[in-house]
Amino acid sequence: MSKQESTVLSPRQMAFRRFVSHKAAVASCIIIGLLTLFIVLAPLTARYGVNESVQAPPNSFLTPRAKSWLGTDDIGRDLYSRLIYGVRVSLLIGLASAIISVTLGALVGAVAGFRGGKFDDIMMRVTDLFLAFPFLVTLLVVRNVLGALPWLRPITGDMSSVRFIIVLFGLFGWMGVARIVRGQVLSLKEREFVEAARAVGASRRYIITRHLLPNSVGPIMVALTFSVVGAIIGESTLAFFGYGPQAGDGATSLGILVGAAKGAVQTGYWWLAVFPCLVLIVIALSINFIGDALRDATDPRLDRGV
Amino acid sequence: MFRYILRRVAWSIPTLLIVTFLVYLALRIGTDPVASYKRINPRASRAKIAEYIDVNGLDPNFVQGYFKWLKNFVTGEWPRSIKGRREVWPALKDAMANTLRLGSAATVVGIFFGLIAGVLAALRPGGKRDVFINTSAFVGISIPPFISAIMFQLLFAVYWQKWFGESLFPTSGVYPAGHTGFDLFLMLKFMALPTLVVAIQIIATYSRYMRSSLLDVLNSDYMRTARSKGISERRVLIKHGMRNALIPVVTIAALDVGSIVGGLIITENIFSYPGMGLYFLKSFGEGDFPLLMPWMVVIVASVLFFNLIADISYAWLDPRIRLE
Amino acid sequence: MAEKVLEIRDLHVTFDTPSGPLEAVRGVDLDVSAGELLGVVGESGSGKSVSFLATMGLLPARARVTGSVLLAGEQLIGASAKQMRSVRGRLLSMIFQDPLSALNPVHRIGDQISEMLRSHQNLSARDADKRAVELLDIVGIPQPGDRARQYPHEFSGGMRQRVVIAIAIANNPKVLIADEPTTALDVTVQAQILEVIERVQERFGTAVVLITHDLGVIARVADRVNVMYAGRNVEQGTIESLFDHPSHPYTRGLLASLPRPGKQRLKPITGFPPNMLNPPSGCAFHTRCEYAADICKGEMPPLVGFGDLQTACVRAKELPKSESFV
Ligand SMILES: Nc1ncnc2c1ncn2[C@@H]1O[C@H](COP(=O)(O)OP(=O)(O)OP(=O)(O)O)[C@@H](O)[C@H]1O
Ligand code: SF4
Ligand SMILES: [Mg+2]
Repeated sequence: MSKQESTVLSPRQMAFRRFVSHKAAVASCIIIGLLTLFIVLAPLTARYGVNESVQAPPNSFLTPRAKSWLGTDDIGRDLYSRLIYGVRVSLLIGLASAIISVTLGALVGAVAGFRGGKFDDIMMRVTDLFLAFPFLVTLLVVRNVLGALPWLRPITGDMSSVRFIIVLFGLFGWMGVARIVRGQVLSLKEREFVEAARAVGASRRYIITRHLLPNSVGPIMVALTFSVVGAIIGESTLAFFGYGPQAGDGATSLGILVGAAKGAVQTGYWWLAVFPCLVLIVIALSINFIGDALRDATDPRLDRGV
Repeated sequence: MFRYILRRVAWSIPTLLIVTFLVYLALRIGTDPVASYKRINPRASRAKIAEYIDVNGLDPNFVQGYFKWLKNFVTGEWPRSIKGRREVWPALKDAMANTLRLGSAATVVGIFFGLIAGVLAALRPGGKRDVFINTSAFVGISIPPFISAIMFQLLFAVYWQKWFGESLFPTSGVYPAGHTGFDLFLMLKFMALPTLVVAIQIIATYSRYMRSSLLDVLNSDYMRTARSKGISERRVLIKHGMRNALIPVVTIAALDVGSIVGGLIITENIFSYPGMGLYFLKSFGEGDFPLLMPWMVVIVASVLFFNLIADISYAWLDPRIRLE
Repeated sequence: MAEKVLEIRDLHVTFDTPSGPLEAVRGVDLDVSAGELLGVVGESGSGKSVSFLATMGLLPARARVTGSVLLAGEQLIGASAKQMRSVRGRLLSMIFQDPLSALNPVHRIGDQISEMLRSHQNLSARDADKRAVELLDIVGIPQPGDRARQYPHEFSGGMRQRVVIAIAIANNPKVLIADEPTTALDVTVQAQILEVIERVQERFGTAVVLITHDLGVIARVADRVNVMYAGRNVEQGTIESLFDHPSHPYTRGLLASLPRPGKQRLKPITGFPPNMLNPPSGCAFHTRCEYAADICKGEMPPLVGFGDLQTACVRAKELPKSESFV
């Protein structure tokens, strides 16, 4: 019986070990890493421009072939290259809106959890209500309201712009995050170091920013990953129903590409449906796996055993 | 108990009023009902427009307008739809019936299999079965319903027809065009794919809830006490484990009505299934205020209703919760 | 001496952990005689709970258990799950540290007791309920009839521990294992719970194994003591001899750290309990023992008779005589 590795591990090392032992998450990290490399190097990896045709007409709906690995769309553009540009926009939407919503949610959740009382009650009521309402309905209605308020235009940009979508999902995702952070803060609040800080008269702001938020990094990271997936899927859902960002200047997104799949079903141009959907699923699945492993890794309840 | 329910129902009325007021505001700002009317009826006379504004409570003053709308809504003077001047109630009623059918089929199938899968996974955590179920559930929640809907259509209808000459399942509607009367078998056939799409989501979500909840319970002290009594493992699990594990699942279920309805909306749209989802997307796209408001009321009311149901079953499962 | 009801020989328990195998119990030998009250003491992590969970067959599947446990002559190690189920709750029962979480929150108190009764005796539901109320009365719960219909959350911690005891003694077991039954309770409640256990022991002649950190408790109620360190028992004997002339340096340390009248200075044992992933060689106590010598690091010392005690110390004979702690 070998008894090596008996040194006691720090919490961070333990967390890292647990993360690495989640094989699907490690694979997902590699996939997302490769994908990021692909889209950052888009000018090199893409074979054609976003709006470029693979050949002179007739070029529409070509099946996958050497000239166009994943086939072409209705006006002869290369699906493979467009996917690279599309994923670029979608990941940007996902990340940017997740950062907005996690920042908002972490602050609201921390303040609600820390102050308790009326503010907490009202915040949680409101988030409950929003979360209970069908997501797509709220999304569409809020989208229209945001778009109809002229004084918001400088922030949100035009309704069909990528920026608008980012703001929309940024404003949307914070509720789930707020719940998670609030729960974490409620449990941290009773712990010694917070009590100690309070006893020596530290200000609320100090305690929240120095103690509560840093100690909630685990849950916040987890919330961030799930918000990214939420926004990417949300964007493609909106685009699918024709409410997504518009393809001005030939710019594209995963949602726009997936939306084109609707027509493909009737006509049998399977590649237009299968490949974008596959990419979307792989991205969503990978990020979900990473989030799951992060949660396992940072959840102190699992410190013992397995 | 009875008094609690009464009080909750009484409380839901102000909630309903506040939420419908917010919805009214959002729709008036977001869809501009008067503009939609003019767009669809470009040659409407001034008097017609004034009448439309009046019956729908679209006064410039939002508060006054809301109460006017409310009065008409409560007294049953529902304005007709903008497009086609149809009566709203019959359309809403049919949509509700169709969605209820699809939704309950999917929910029953989904929760049943979801809970079973979750239990099977939790019984041997880390084992092959657990990894398989857990990974499948992950794939399930990572696939947005519109994608699985499209994939099913592509596979079972379009390509099935190409390969075998006839599609396995129809992809749209409740009955074939021109069909009249009731035909259970035909209806089930038409419902199969949409039900599957929604059920997959529910199975994936609930198997994960159930798994983690049961795992918590399995590690608890009272399970050890139960085992130390020398009763059978099955009894330990069913009598002591399941009921406790269901408590958190039930609370989450209340918050989930929204996402199930969300899934239904998407699925109905893709399968052209004439339910609440199709109704909503059509009338929202046209900014048809008279159709939209009653739809919203129904949705808000059902969210509140399911919340109440969840609270009651929660209290029924957990003696620590007192409904007073 | 009375007949032995529980004989544990060379018990080993190993857990597979992410950081490697952890041998929590490393060869425990221990006897319990009918009707006696055996105290088991030792620092946190010394393997007290694990030893007796292994006896009950309640360890998770990833624990490897070897050795021999004879309960009234019946071998429990390697017994089938069915055989263990028939033993648990009938011949052998266990009560745990935290009464707040030991009872199922969604079932009535009475039902949780009658479940124990009916799983081993052929009783009608009504008779089982009646017996459950009697048991509540025995463990000192007032208005047992009404209380039986209540749920655990309506009981205080001490009351819940009484209920747990009532469940454990329902089938009049031969051995009752009490794993720190009072640690989670208030001091006044602690004394009451101990009284209940003593009363039960006298009334039914149950043998009791009382696991605790508290040597004061042991001194009050136990007949014999077993001292554990790093997964082994290092000394055992009657309460009188052990307190009068402890032989093992660890036992001496434990006793010296006990507050006693007429003595101001407590002498706690220096150092920390060993990491069980990689325990010290030989006598595991040598890292902290003031008498440690090279020979102590060689082999694990076995328990050998030393006067009226059994002691696992290679240098037991050479050590200066200890002061008395009676
Ligand atoms: N399920 C488990 N998995 C892994 N290691 C375990 C498990 N249960 C106990 N251990 C380890 O076994 C060793 C002995 O634990 P045990 O609970 O028997 O100690 P104890 O003497 O009862 O201490 P305490 O007085 O704190 O109850 C400890 O090092 C503990 O970490
Ligand atoms: S064997 Fe050595 S180290 Fe162990 S207790 Fe005896 S004297 Fe101390
Ligand atoms: Mg213990």
